[in-house]
Amino acid sequence: MELNGADIVVQSLKDEGVEYVFGYPGGAVLHIYDALFKQDAVRHILVRHEQGATHAADGYARATGKAGVCLVTSGPGATNAVTGIATAHLDSIPMVVITGQVQTAYIGSDAFQEVDSVGITRPCVKHNFLVKDVNDIASTLKKAFYIATTGRPGPVVVDIPKDVTDPNIKVHYEYPSSVDMRSYSPTTKGNNRQIKKALELISSARRPMIYSGGGVILSGAHKELTEFTQKLGYPITNTLMGLGGYPGTDELFVGMLGMHGTYEANMAMHDCDVLIAIGARFDDRVTGDVKHFCPEAKIIHIDIDPSSISKNVRVDIPIVGDIKHVLTEMNNELGSYSNADNNDLANWWNQINLWRSKDCLGYDRKSELIKPQYVIETLYNVTNGEAFVTSDVGQHQMWAAQFYKFKSPYHWINSGGLGTMGFGLPAAIGAQLAHPKAEVACVTGEASIQMCIQELGTAMQYMLPLKVVTLNNRYMGMVRQWQEFFYESRYSHSYMEALPDFVKLAESYGHVGMRIEKPADVEGALKEAFAMKERLVFMDFITDKTENVYPMIAAGKAHNEMHMSSDRELA
Amino acid sequence: MRHIISMLMENEAGALSRVAGLFSARGYNIESLTVAPTEDESLSRMTIVTTGSNQIVEQITKQLNKLVDVVKLADITEGKHIERELMLIKLNVVSPEVRDEVKRLIDIFRGRIIDVSETTYILELTGTGEKLNAFIDAVDNKIILETVRSGVSGIARGDKSLGLTV
Repeated sequence: MELNGADIVVQSLKDEGVEYVFGYPGGAVLHIYDALFKQDAVRHILVRHEQGATHAADGYARATGKAGVCLVTSGPGATNAVTGIATAHLDSIPMVVITGQVQTAYIGSDAFQEVDSVGITRPCVKHNFLVKDVNDIASTLKKAFYIATTGRPGPVVVDIPKDVTDPNIKVHYEYPSSVDMRSYSPTTKGNNRQIKKALELISSARRPMIYSGGGVILSGAHKELTEFTQKLGYPITNTLMGLGGYPGTDELFVGMLGMHGTYEANMAMHDCDVLIAIGARFDDRVTGDVKHFCPEAKIIHIDIDPSSISKNVRVDIPIVGDIKHVLTEMNNELGSYSNADNNDLANWWNQINLWRSKDCLGYDRKSELIKPQYVIETLYNVTNGEAFVTSDVGQHQMWAAQFYKFKSPYHWINSGGLGTMGFGLPAAIGAQLAHPKAEVACVTGEASIQMCIQELGTAMQYMLPLKVVTLNNRYMGMVRQWQEFFYESRYSHSYMEALPDFVKLAESYGHVGMRIEKPADVEGALKEAFAMKERLVFMDFITDKTENVYPMIAAGKAHNEMHMSSDRELA
Repeated sequence: MRHIISMLMENEAGALSRVAGLFSARGYNIESLTVAPTEDESLSRMTIVTTGSNQIVEQITKQLNKLVDVVKLADITEGKHIERELMLIKLNVVSPEVRDEVKRLIDIFRGRIIDVSETTYILELTGTGEKLNAFIDAVDNKIILETVRSGVSGIARGDKSLGLTV
């Protein structure tokens, strides 16, 4: 088949099985937009800002496990996309971002809307390409999808100069069916001897702990992890990125760990003698002070990325491989290893349940002000724990992570690594397009939502019935919390003045707006909102502005140095 | 500890900046870096000299391996190896005494004079970095006009080789 470069881009996306492209047109991609116009297999979603395009593609990827796709123009189109690319990079989300570039002959001449997109994105992509020949478009896109979705996933940028998509130059088109790259072949199968060593250690554990992260979800290994955990009967904690990798409602689940993790999860981490880390990367928000991290534990680490192993914390038994493969093998062999002493495990659980009984997530349920925790709990109940929940970054993100007990993977969508405010709304757009019938809630704050609020327009254009749950405390809450704790309550520039009337704002976009000011109205409002199946409802919950996220481990402290709310200090 | 990391990379535009960017982004040291195409024109060979604790060097090799353009990598300081560096050095040699002295020195160091003008010599010297340093120390500092060093090239001794098939 003879096609021009622009048609090759679109046809390649179609042959790759891409449903949606999130993008924004501009000079350097006009040929590609013309090609998009002539077909309807690949659906283009017009965002209001390129950052929105990347987050929406990212949200789509997180909600499906498939690669998200963006199309932006050169120069500002590409630079606006950078935040979203970095967001996907830090959380290892598969994404292919096509950026237009000025004509090959103009590259390096400071031409109109020229930036070195490959150079700018290099530190925040898994890989990137500059396509200089129309004959290379299809094979480069194939490689881009292959690299983005295999091994440890990540974003791949493909920069295409305008002349390469010239409608008048036609070449033979064939989309490659496979890729063979001598420089890239991720390990998937774990080393058998390491697996045996790990199983021996696992079965001899007296105070075991499973610590699983986003890698479980990326690998699609939630079933294998659940089987593994339940066969062993060991306690399991999830990282912020790993929530939903194990059912949050199960008795073996001790909650999230880390800076705002539960008391029981962090104490169990500190006291465990064998730690089984699965698809987690020992991030500083999880480990706290690495010198006092799991001081008594032998550590097993399963991860597909060799560079994750012993990066922050030295581990004793590394297993490099795809978690799904490795856990399947471990599950098959578990039967031949039996735990030496069930008494030890029972004692360990008694200890954990003692920690659990402190009810570290307790909050004042009699308050006359709306407690943010109550909103999330009610959201959980109203949606039966089955909604796709995206979030922005800050206190609301932590409350969503603590109080929405995710039962299954792909449902909790947040910017864990980069911590990008403005992520939630566009990510919800991506998730809703991926699951048109599902309930999608964006849990946000009045500060975060304003960072990409223009995407309310996108949601209207495509009639996406998102439910925006804004916990409005008139502060950048997490900044305010740190200023209260560490800067003697000097609230430097963390107060949100001149807030818009969110109800009117939502209405001006054609959506439904609600303001909720009393605890008694929370449940009714959420039920009413979710009953409106066809409409986006923007709920502005006026919450207690003094509420802080607890428990908390201050940055650089150990897991057993947790703070509870001031009136509920723990020993 | 000093390590010499030897790599085969896809000979693609931007491959060098991926490596250089990785070192600066993660705060690793580069003592020297050399890169040139190999007998297979699709590949280039890079030699990086770096310093760091074992843990850091382990991370460096893992992070380099993770770069999509890196085909093969070895820390050649782990085994027996040879390292060489090329130096071109321009000296101000006005008097016959200085010329004689320089000629004697270059003989001892097994270097060559490769350019002569009325007032200058350009010398070519190869060897380990230490040998080149020793030569610089031996020459009167006042007569050195310029030095150009290639950075280290390294290769493993014996049967071991960094090739596509091995």
